[in-house]
Amino acid sequence: MAVVAAPKPSEESNAKTTNQPNTITLRIARSNPSEGQESAFSEFQIPVQKWTTVLEAILYVKQNLDHSVAVRYSCRQASCGSCGMKINGRPALACYTKISELNSNIITVEPMNNFPIIRDLAVDFKQLIANHKKMKPFIIREDSEVTSESKEFIQTPQDLEKFLQFSYCIKCGLCNSACPTMATDTSFIGPQGLAQAYRYVADNRDKGKDDRLKIIDDSHGIWRCHFAGSCSHVCPKGVDPAMAIQLLRGYLLGFKK
Amino acid sequence: MAERLSNREGIKGMANPTRYGIERVAYWLQRLTGLGLLAYLIGHIYETSTIVNGKIAWDKMLEFTQTPQGHIFLTLVIGMCVFHTANGIRVMLGHGGIGVGKPGQPEYPYKAASLNYKQRLCIWVSIALAALAMMYGASVLFGD
Repeated sequence: MAVVAAPKPSEESNAKTTNQPNTITLRIARSNPSEGQESAFSEFQIPVQKWTTVLEAILYVKQNLDHSVAVRYSCRQASCGSCGMKINGRPALACYTKISELNSNIITVEPMNNFPIIRDLAVDFKQLIANHKKMKPFIIREDSEVTSESKEFIQTPQDLEKFLQFSYCIKCGLCNSACPTMATDTSFIGPQGLAQAYRYVADNRDKGKDDRLKIIDDSHGIWRCHFAGSCSHVCPKGVDPAMAIQLLRGYLLGFKK
Repeated sequence: MAERLSNREGIKGMANPTRYGIERVAYWLQRLTGLGLLAYLIGHIYETSTIVNGKIAWDKMLEFTQTPQGHIFLTLVIGMCVFHTANGIRVMLGHGGIGVGKPGQPEYPYKAASLNYKQRLCIWVSIALAALAMMYGASVLFGD
């Protein structure tokens, strides 16, 4: 069992003397493309504690300073994937990013790149969801484990480990936002969709490998990934889409069967 | 207009090597050196094609490559060629799923297995090999 030790008096006094700001400047990108409103920044002074997250700071603005700020959020614990945004230039989940770890008194939040803006920090996920659906994100096989005649599909822990990490995707879109190919190619499936294709291809219960490989074997499909690894850098759940894409490409190149 | 509405980063974002670690720098260098080598290839075809205009034209072109600027350009070509080859081998192997790690249970703080030390080492080795080759090339070209 992990034991969390109480800080010693000397450590406590050190913590008090660290340069922790009490007030930070939060710059929020504001825009409303449907009404032709160009992007501009609104600045707010926010009181923060060392545990304050970026999402909490935005919600402080909504509650106390400007309720018109548009932001999408739900679980506040990195499970729903709703609050993805660009924080100080890098895609991250607002609920999962503490202001104290950004080491800056000025925090800039912008909508994620490579997604159309709905308003302010809220972006449109239509393309991501469409590409996710295109990958047939379900087990494909003739028989079923739910009928009374059939048995459950047994998997060993080793079988499970082949795809488990990729099933942790919360569809937050941070990987697509960081991807250099997504920055220029409007038709690219994106790391999220490709990683999900691998999640099902690697599942030994699934029989839809050929279908999925046919979908991704396209000029705007898997061949557009150049292994820049940015998707894996920003993934908040350790999904590692870059690995999934390279392993998936191994099937098409004949390295894997 | 369409780009503004879709909020895509565009070429500016694609060509920005900062923010995402050494792997993104390698991606940027690979693209840059690829374009540089393409420019060299076109220049090289133009250079060698001057021979069809006779010996005088050919000698004139050769003289041009024997200038300090020509030597600097060739030194850069050597560096680009070595980096593009060495890093290209890393990327090609990675594309086949070789050296990108094995799937497993991710544990906090979630370090991506595909961005492992072997990949980073290969990138640094590619940069070091390119630097060494450039130094050797420069010493030969400027030696006399």
